[in-house]
Amino acid sequence: MTTKPAELTDLTLAQARDGLRAKEFSARELAQAHIDAIEKARVLNAYLLETPDRALAMADVADQKLAAGEARPLEGLPLGIKDLFCTHGVTTTAASKILEGFQPHYESTVTHNLWRDGAVMLGKLNLDEFAMGSSNETSAYGPVISPWRRKGPDGTGDETKLVPGGSSGGSAAAVAARLCLGATATDTGGSIRQPAAFTGTVGIKPTYGRCSRWGTVAFASSLDQAGPIARTVRDTAILLSSMSGHDDKDTTSVNLPVPDFEAAVNRGVKGLTIGIPKEYRVEGMPAEIERLWQQGADWLRAAGAKVVEVSLPHTQYALPAYYIVAPAEASSNLARYDGVRYGLRVPGKDIAGMYEATRAAGFGREVKRRIMIGTYVLSAGYYDAYYVRAQKIRSLIKRDFEQVYASGVDAILTPTTPSSAFGFGEKAKADPVEMYLLDVFTVTVNMAGLPGLAVPAGLDAQGLPLGLQLIGRPFDEETLFAAGQVIEEAAGRIALPQAWWA
Amino acid sequence: MSVDAKTVRRIAHLARIAVTDEEVAPLQDELNAILSFVEQLDAVDVSGVEPMTSVTPMAMKSREDVITDGGHAREIVFNAPLTEDNYFVVPKVVE
Repeated sequence: MTTKPAELTDLTLAQARDGLRAKEFSARELAQAHIDAIEKARVLNAYLLETPDRALAMADVADQKLAAGEARPLEGLPLGIKDLFCTHGVTTTAASKILEGFQPHYESTVTHNLWRDGAVMLGKLNLDEFAMGSSNETSAYGPVISPWRRKGPDGTGDETKLVPGGSSGGSAAAVAARLCLGATATDTGGSIRQPAAFTGTVGIKPTYGRCSRWGTVAFASSLDQAGPIARTVRDTAILLSSMSGHDDKDTTSVNLPVPDFEAAVNRGVKGLTIGIPKEYRVEGMPAEIERLWQQGADWLRAAGAKVVEVSLPHTQYALPAYYIVAPAEASSNLARYDGVRYGLRVPGKDIAGMYEATRAAGFGREVKRRIMIGTYVLSAGYYDAYYVRAQKIRSLIKRDFEQVYASGVDAILTPTTPSSAFGFGEKAKADPVEMYLLDVFTVTVNMAGLPGLAVPAGLDAQGLPLGLQLIGRPFDEETLFAAGQVIEEAAGRIALPQAWWA
Repeated sequence: MSVDAKTVRRIAHLARIAVTDEEVAPLQDELNAILSFVEQLDAVDVSGVEPMTSVTPMAMKSREDVITDGGHAREIVFNAPLTEDNYFVVPKVVE
């Protein structure tokens, strides 16, 4: 045995898979190394629930399969699960008080697919309440602390606590802190890609319909998509192949074959055309992000791609349209939390009083705000002015992308976020819109239902990671993996922070 | 468009969320910040544009009209805060 268990958590998912098959260590040792790391990292608050017994039991099954030469694609690989995926018999809260103690009697299709392929569950990961947030500060169970810290002016440590991004902040932080080899996440407006950018990890939101939404707590059904966060492009490709697939239980799940995404990773970009949308050069964008974006284009060009400027004229309207569509859908989806069927119940003088008291006590501030905006834009007299107009603008945003792809562009390169990570309480003190602006580059992709990959591309002057985003044609995640790999190799894998928390 | 305190209370009631007197003013400010942010959509010419109804164009799936599931009453009420004989219990609705 060449690799000591203490170092097993530093492996990439692909390395761990190969090491298990080569019998360099056992699935049990790999699971135990992660369980130990999680115990020492509780200060980060990345896990809402640890499931070590289940992890070891699943690892033992994996060791039997490995010994019998019957290893499945993810055999013995320990993962964290965003606490938005229902897991049979394991508490699922969506980081909300209203679902405290909720025990699903069913398994989400995405997690079912992961266990079918032999993966091991380490526990449930923290998130913004009902996935509504960009910093993990809206979790009812306390925020996640990023494993990253700013570099002080003299090069020494700055101990300011930073946000990991959101809503999949627990997923991104756990992957960056080596508390799992990969994690499930969900993305409604940027919730996979933005935390991946803030933590120096890789995340992909696949095309709408690629992963089943069944058994995932719903936020905005026409925008929600599941996807993985991991430490390399290859690792996310491996995970996405297992997570994807047609599901009769979700009418928007597409019946298309799932490609072997890992096979696309080394395909290269020779002969591809990469578009640079001029509308993404927003006012006030930090010079280092502008520079990194240029650098990304240069890397792709050096690898044989043709880089062209493109125009997506309705870009600036994506975020305001999103803040009509997403809250509208949320207000109807969250109507189910009524104190009757599951979750919290607070008595009232009559049934309406019970509903109102339950929802007032169970939902946090941001969730209430979005339900109320949604209720307003759907209410009599405002529906056409707000909701129908926003859906028309959504058609225009989608058409922008269709025209660019029809002109021969294979993928589009943009920054993932307009800034690097920030400290707690630094944004949205008075105006919720300030926080919403963090999703300005990612939200267009959800509005158009396209795939988007976030890949770390460098560090800013404070020593914090910055990411680039690749946007693809519908159901062409393979090109994103190929181009993402080129960027990952050119940028060099970012050194993740040392375990100051352990 | 902006909302007044009365409208905030009406929306909260429609959304079945109790609000205290102290919560109304901050909520009003926050909702108005969002509404003023989305106002820029009025500048877009949407004449002749169809609203998006399906993210991925595809025919609605259908299946045979047969019973495929059922008989899980205990599992269904398992998480309910108040039940009796596999029924959900609610405050009296009809006098």
